[in-house]
Formats: sequence, C-alpha cells, structure tokens
Amino acid sequence: MKKKLPYILLFIMLAWHVVLFAQDRFPRPEFESGYVYPEHQVPLQRSLVWEYIDLVVLIGALAVASWLALKKRSRQGLVWLSVFSLAYFGFFREGCVCSVGSVQNVSLALFNDGYAIPLTALLFFIIPLIFALAFGRVFCAGVCPLGAIQELTGFRTVKLPRAVESVMISIPFIYLGLSVLSSATESQFLICRYDPFVGIFRLDAPYTMIIFGALLLVAGIFINRPYCRYLCPYGVLLNLFSRFSHRHLTITPAECTNCRLCEDVCPYDAIIPSDIVRPVEEPQKERKRFLIYILLVPLFAVGGAVLFRNLSPVFAGLNSNVQLAREIRAEKEDGIVAISKAAIAFKEAGKTENEMFEDEIKIHERFRKGSVWMGIFLGVSFGLSLVSLSTRTRRTDYLPHKGKCYSCGRCFQYCPIHLSKIAADEKT
Amino acid sequence: MKEDKNIYQSRRDFVRTAGKILVAVPVIILPVALSKKVTASGNVWQIDPHKCTQCGQCKTKCVLTPSAVKCMHNYRMCSYCDLCGGYLRQGTKTISTAAENQLCPTAAITRTFVEEPYFQYTIEEDLCDGCGKCVLGCKDFGNGSLYLQINQDLCVNCNECAIARNCPSDAISRIPDKEQYIPKEKI
Repeated sequence: MKKKLPYILLFIMLAWHVVLFAQDRFPRPEFESGYVYPEHQVPLQRSLVWEYIDLVVLIGALAVASWLALKKRSRQGLVWLSVFSLAYFGFFREGCVCSVGSVQNVSLALFNDGYAIPLTALLFFIIPLIFALAFGRVFCAGVCPLGAIQELTGFRTVKLPRAVESVMISIPFIYLGLSVLSSATESQFLICRYDPFVGIFRLDAPYTMIIFGALLLVAGIFINRPYCRYLCPYGVLLNLFSRFSHRHLTITPAECTNCRLCEDVCPYDAIIPSDIVRPVEEPQKERKRFLIYILLVPLFAVGGAVLFRNLSPVFAGLNSNVQLAREIRAEKEDGIVAISKAAIAFKEAGKTENEMFEDEIKIHERFRKGSVWMGIFLGVSFGLSLVSLSTRTRRTDYLPHKGKCYSCGRCFQYCPIHLSKIAADEKT
Repeated sequence: MKEDKNIYQSRRDFVRTAGKILVAVPVIILPVALSKKVTASGNVWQIDPHKCTQCGQCKTKCVLTPSAVKCMHNYRMCSYCDLCGGYLRQGTKTISTAAENQLCPTAAITRTFVEEPYFQYTIEEDLCDGCGKCVLGCKDFGNGSLYLQINQDLCVNCNECAIARNCPSDAISRIPDKEQYIPKEKI
C-alpha cells in the first residue's frame, strides 16, 4: 500500500480537477490491531422545551404589564418588569425569536409553500397583538427586550421639531413593507439583519451591528426609544391595533382637571392635550376638506402602486439569486469579471446560465406583484393619516394617544390626582 | 344640542367598533389560514455537505465567535492515510506533525498512530473555527470524510442564519428539528 501511494497520488494530481466530486478515492483500511471506530459525534440542540417556556413567560409578562399599567398604575413596577424582560428575553434567551422578527416568519409562511412556521413563532406574533387590542401597547411597555433596553437608557428628553417627527414616523411603514416583501419572496430577513441590539444581547456581533446599536442607545438617551419610534416595523401593527384597544392606560385615575402639568412630560409626544381653547373652524370648510382627503385615499393607493411597481427591480436586488444573475450578466455583456464568492461557486456548480436567468425572471415577477401591494399599503396609510388630521375631535381631557403611547407610565407621577389618590390610599 | 352630540358620539362609536372588528378579523383568520403550515417542533439550520463549497464564510459570517460551524469527521469514510490532504499543507516536504506542515490554522486536528501505515485524525471541536480548509483538502485529495456541520449545541438558532444569507452555494437551509444534522454517509 505504501509503495503504491505515490502513483495513486500522481494520478489524482493530474485528474483532480475533473473528478472533483468523486471523493471516495482511497480504499478504506482493514485494521488488524482490533481498532474500533470512534463515535461519530452529533451534539443535539438545546431542548425545545425552552421555546414553550418562552411562550408562558411572554403571556405572563404581558398580563403583569397590563395590570401594572392599567390597574396598579405603577411606573416603578413597569421599570422592574423591563429589567426582567431585558434579562430573560434579551440576555438569557439571546433575543431569538422575538415578536418583531416573527412578522417575517408569518409572511414567509403565508406566501411560500415550502416553509412550515414553528408554532412558537406564530404565537409570538399573535399574542402581543391580542393584548394590544385589549389593553394597548403593553408589549412595548415592559415585555419587548428591544424596548426595555431603550426604556432603561432614556434619561433625558429632547423633543424633535414636529415636522421632523412626522417625517420620521413614516419610516417604520416603509421598513415594514420592505421586510414583508423581502421575506415573502424568500430573499432575506431584513429585520433580523438590521436588528441593532441582538449583538448586545449575545455580547458578540459584527462590529457594524455593535456600532449601530451603540449609536441608537446614545441617541436614545436624549431622543427616547429611537428604534421603537422611527424604525420598529412591528410597532406599526401594534400602533394600529392599539388605536382600537378595548381599554387603555389613562394619565389620570379619575376626572382630568386640565391642570396641564402632564403636558410636556411624555418623551414620545403621545399626550394629546385637551382642546377646549382651540379656535373652532367653520364646519363647512372642514367637512369639505375631510371629503377631499377621503377621495384622495384611492388616488394615493393607485399612485403608490404605480410608483412601487416601477421601483420593484430595485427591491429585487435584495434577493441573492438576482444579485448573482446581474453579476453574471455584467460579466457576459460588459466584460466585468464576476469575482464574488457566489459567482465562483456558481461557476463550479453545474447549473446553467439559462436556468439562472429564468429563475431571475420569476423572482422579478414576484417582486413586481409584492411591490404593488406594498405601494397600495403605503398609499392608503398615507392617505388615512391625512384624513385623521382633518377630523376634529373635541377633547376635554388630557389623554394618551392610543397609537403612539408605549404605556411606560412616566406621566402618572405628574398627575396631582394620581398623587393625591396614592396619598389617600397610604393613609387608609 | 344634546341630540347633536349624541349623533357624533354614536358615529365615533361606530367607527371605533368597525375598526376593532377590522383589525381583529385578520388575527383570527391568520392561524386558520396557516393551520396547515404550522409545526409544533421548530426548525434548525444545517449545512448540506454535498452542496458546500468550503468558501470559508462559515468562519466569518456566523454571529458567534468562534463560529458554531465545526468540522466533523466520518471515520468510516476515512482511509487513514499517512499523507493526509486535510491535515498537511500542500507542498510540505516531510510528513510530520510539525506546526509548519499543518493545514489547520488553529491546530485543531490531532494525528495519532493506529497501526502501520494508518493514522487517525481527530477534530478538537473547541479549537475548530469552521474555516473549512481541511474539508477542502480532504475533498480535493482524499475521501471527503471531513465535512462542515453546524453544531446544534452551540448554534443560537437565529431567525435567519447569517451564514445562510451569505452562503454562495445555498448549502444552508432550515431542516426539521428532529433531524438536526445532514451526515455525510459512506457512498
């Protein structure tokens, strides 16, 4: 055997490029010394039980958060709950799977047959929404680890100008649309890829992720909860659900006296002042504007659909197969040599170029369809937010904005009625 | 005046109830629509060794450092060569365990003598960082008994695997929780 080896080697040296996949070249030895093959090691995954424990903890934490925000009215309790959630969902469970990311699992499962969604991911998506429909955004208040880390690091409040704020709060809608589109077309999970804090939870991440997370945290000291307000795609859904919530946190436990003490305390700009002093507009003028805005909604929807349909080739760039096809085409047509690892792997593998280009056309088609829906969604959202600007409500109380309020409970201690009630409780 | 207020109140109530129903319906429909696509067990990420091209991204793209991807050895495929393409660097003059001869950058492979002329190669998983150099060596010049797998005990099972996103040959995919590994079997 030992003498033959050089000849075998020589043969293989000459031929190995051709026989790349014929790997079973050498005969397996017949041992004479009674050698026993070592065990082929396959260490199994940590138990699945944890995922179900997560679910129980999620429901428990949501229930506690609702109780603390609506019934007990305790800011301190919510802070401690945030600490717990940060420790458990964040650092102990390392932030996967979270409700924010589960949006993508759901859209991947809805639009693809090959993917079976784990029950836990589906429930992580649904349960906070149900709680939002019942009690407002209690999930944000103290359960979401991403929210918790920002809640605990927001020390000072600097208010952004209204114009900037209103532009910034439209980003989550686009982010949600893009990430649903991207996961529905099996391209990538954008929310997970650009999750700012998961690197901190794991204490290990690419440096770009750490920088992004650290920047958000530093910005969050002043502009509180920047991720939740200006990026979180799940927040869009919670916002919508919370607007129709059955019950919601209130600033005051009893009748509001319009003392205006809570007016400026909300760091999230979520307290709508009472408007007894606002000048009343002519009803006719107002009605006319409302009607115009309502009629504009379908127009925005169509406009969005057309715009995004034309933009769909740009979005298709999110898909790695499309990227590869573009690279190969550039090599063929313009002579730019394809040097990416995907291109090298493609050249080694047996797939023909035609197959790939056909594949690309199919993916483009899917993106075109999806982009139209995304455009409609964004157009309708934009139109409806204009409509809501023109509806006049007459408020005699200071109320939290149900969509924007994170139920953090900061406003409680500024309400004299709340304080006097606590004092009365302590006496008895 | 009082009646007027009541009309507004009821209209607002109507909008509110309609909205409530409108957002509640999808939440109820969703589990029903997905009922056929739900699994009670989860998924894990795994490398298909037959698709893997050992590009080396497993080492760098995993969210863990060192990567959860480790080299595994199917001893029954190995021919226990003295001149091992997975252990020795190309162009080495002597066959020895000297550091300058070793292909593995972290010295994660140990070579032990079994019997003339056979040597056993064992992977130290703690040292392995999943670079795949030995796998490539064994594939190019050997039986291909070394292959990369995601160690499920180390893997944090990200919602989307960062290596899978970067894998140029689409070798990484979700597989059912029950299987966990795609072993390379004897041909």
